[in-house]
Amino acid sequence: MICMRTNTAISVAGLHKSYGDNEVLKGVDLEVPEGSVYALLGPNGAGKTTAVNICSTLLTPDAGEIRVAGYDVRTEADQVRRSIGVTGQFSAIDEFHTGRENLQLMADLNHLDRARARKVIGELLERFELADAAGRRAQTYSGGMKRRLDLAMTMIGSPRLIFLDEPTTGLDPRSRRELWQIVREQVADGVTVLLTTQYLDEADQLAHRVGVLDGGVLVAEGTPAQLKSRVPGGRVEVQLKDAARLAELAAVLPEATADVESLTLRMANEGVASLRRLLDRLDDDAVAGVTVQSADLDDVFLALTGHPAEPRGSSEDENEMEAVR
Amino acid sequence: MSTQTMARPATSYVVRDSATMLRRNLLHWLRYPSLAIMLVAQPILFLLLFVYVFGGTLGAGLPGAAGVGDRGDYLVFITPGILVMAVASVALGTAVEVALDMTGGIIARFRTMDIAKVSVLTGHVLGAVVKTVFAVVVTLAFAVLLGYRSDAGVGHWLLALALLVLMAFALTWLTVGMGLAADSVETASNTPLFLVMLPFLSSAFVPTDAMPWGLRHFAEYQPFTPMIDSLRALTAGQSAGSDLWLAIGWAALIAVAGYLWSRRLYTKVPTK
Repeated sequence: MICMRTNTAISVAGLHKSYGDNEVLKGVDLEVPEGSVYALLGPNGAGKTTAVNICSTLLTPDAGEIRVAGYDVRTEADQVRRSIGVTGQFSAIDEFHTGRENLQLMADLNHLDRARARKVIGELLERFELADAAGRRAQTYSGGMKRRLDLAMTMIGSPRLIFLDEPTTGLDPRSRRELWQIVREQVADGVTVLLTTQYLDEADQLAHRVGVLDGGVLVAEGTPAQLKSRVPGGRVEVQLKDAARLAELAAVLPEATADVESLTLRMANEGVASLRRLLDRLDDDAVAGVTVQSADLDDVFLALTGHPAEPRGSSEDENEMEAVR
Repeated sequence: MSTQTMARPATSYVVRDSATMLRRNLLHWLRYPSLAIMLVAQPILFLLLFVYVFGGTLGAGLPGAAGVGDRGDYLVFITPGILVMAVASVALGTAVEVALDMTGGIIARFRTMDIAKVSVLTGHVLGAVVKTVFAVVVTLAFAVLLGYRSDAGVGHWLLALALLVLMAFALTWLTVGMGLAADSVETASNTPLFLVMLPFLSSAFVPTDAMPWGLRHFAEYQPFTPMIDSLRALTAGQSAGSDLWLAIGWAALIAVAGYLWSRRLYTKVPTK
């Protein structure tokens, strides 16, 4: 029986990685306590996948001290591999195999004996709602089913630490929620999760801690609640009936920004008192609607990085496709 | 962490992991039979083409029993070369399979698992050997159907089959490397084409004496010629002599070089 040597499942200090002249990670530090979920949040090209690939031994770092499950990723890669499960960004299933055969393949590669393999495969097929499709080729599966099979394959060896690289990218909302539920079940069993996501609500839904990665640097870190508190109160949006009234209101509210196209005035929500003062200024017949939005991580991203959390090209993706080969 | 997988070196699972990967490889073949059919169809088409289209004329150029050869003599003459083409054809398919694996997501999964690294490649190589035996048997059965007969005994045939398996093993390590080196599946299907072309520039279809000087020298010194000549001797029930040693030497050289190259390409930790 080997236990984790520390209570830290992943510890990364001073991680640097470049692809040629392109410095993708510029000194990242992070700690993931055992049994928790850590989300690396950022747009495409922020370096999320590179960070996961390094922690999961697919890539070597240029510099930095990285320990996973207590082992050094550079010198103890085999021990790290024995301790982790990885579900990458690209589907890692064998499309010519059936669902059950895919799981059998993983059971064999995890060196499970026949009886244990049968038991674990049966349990996973049930748990991941794949029992009915177990005899069908994975080629015929929907996107959500493929993702579930992918994750089930990762769980075959009962890893205590799993990496999920953009686990719900490309899934429809229902499949996303199903996958979240499955991840939560693993976490309830004590599995540590490092996930990457571009979806702010995903980090909010799943993670205990969130690291916001932008341009190869962690620009913020904390619980979802702490990050949200950086943008106190969220936003107030006032929809006006015409442009003249929008201009009129904008003139008396210099802290607000006016969006002429959608006839909307936006401002930070600074609490009940200021909200009441705002409402007092509004003419009943000028206003089409008022919305108060609590802060989400989108606001946090904008506040922290100065730009919205939108994909900014795919140079990192290309490099990483190259790197994984 | 988990209890059952600790305290043993990964190398102790080379055989088990290779067997798992072999099973995966052969399952692909069963699930995707068009690839298999294509690989076996190619040597059979060449056999039909050469025997029925060119065989009458080319056979007349062979020294036959009655002074001049015929179509039947030509069938006997080219069958060893066609068998070698079957080997090359399977090897080509392997480059494509390896490239398919490498460009897919599953390779990242294998790389992050504590398995014998080489098993990802040996699965393909062993699979190719099995497929080669299958392709050789089918091609040979077809040749017999066309009238091919051999006076060779079981011993000679077993030796011939062993040589074909060795060639498959060697050429596949080479094409595994090509599959690993290719940046796309298309490239992987093009690079090994020379393996299918080389038998044409050997003693497979015409005696090398009939070739112009430069080509004749190339044909006589390239690896396929001693392999084909050995097979021709063995399947005729004769001793292959020094050709056999030359063939085995070439195969061993190609196998070792291909293996080292493939292993280097596969285990090289990507830096970019």
